[in-house]
Amino acid sequence: MRAAPADRTQTTSTPYLICALAWFLPGAGHFWLGRRQKGIVFLVALSLMFAFGLWLQGRLFPFEITQPLVALMAVADVGVGLPYFVARTAGIGAGDVVAVTYEYGNTFIIAAGLLNMLVVLDAFDIAKGRK
Amino acid sequence: MVIFSLFVSVVFAVLTRDDPKEQLKFGARLFGGFIGAGILMGWLLYPLPL
Repeated sequence: MRAAPADRTQTTSTPYLICALAWFLPGAGHFWLGRRQKGIVFLVALSLMFAFGLWLQGRLFPFEITQPLVALMAVADVGVGLPYFVARTAGIGAGDVVAVTYEYGNTFIIAAGLLNMLVVLDAFDIAKGRK
Repeated sequence: MVIFSLFVSVVFAVLTRDDPKEQLKFGARLFGGFIGAGILMGWLLYPLPL
């Protein structure tokens, strides 16, 4: 029988480690905390969203402090964790600014990173026993 | 827009609801809201010049 959410509250002594794990691999925090279905959904949805953004010629923005908006977009990009580093290492994500889909691609990549940050916060709440 | 809405709806629904039925219901409402708002905004902005 499936336990009610209230019955599944849990606390762990390693919430920050879980946050780091949840950031590095989307959904890993929920998976670690026993919410495996949620973890798998986050992993698949956020990785696909990020990949879709790259396919649409989106760009992985550099950390340019002189351009605050670009730096903020870079922070959002990194928010997705491992897929970002894989793409960077593979040399994907240069972006094609003249492509029709460029801005759509950026939106997908940035939104994937920001959504993963929300997922990390949710994992933190679960680890702290708040949910 | 549809694909983006789908991804965001799925993540938000799974994030904010625990029961699969509620997730489906909330996700569908969110997805419909995104699409409806997109179409509405499209028509509202249609008369404006580029």
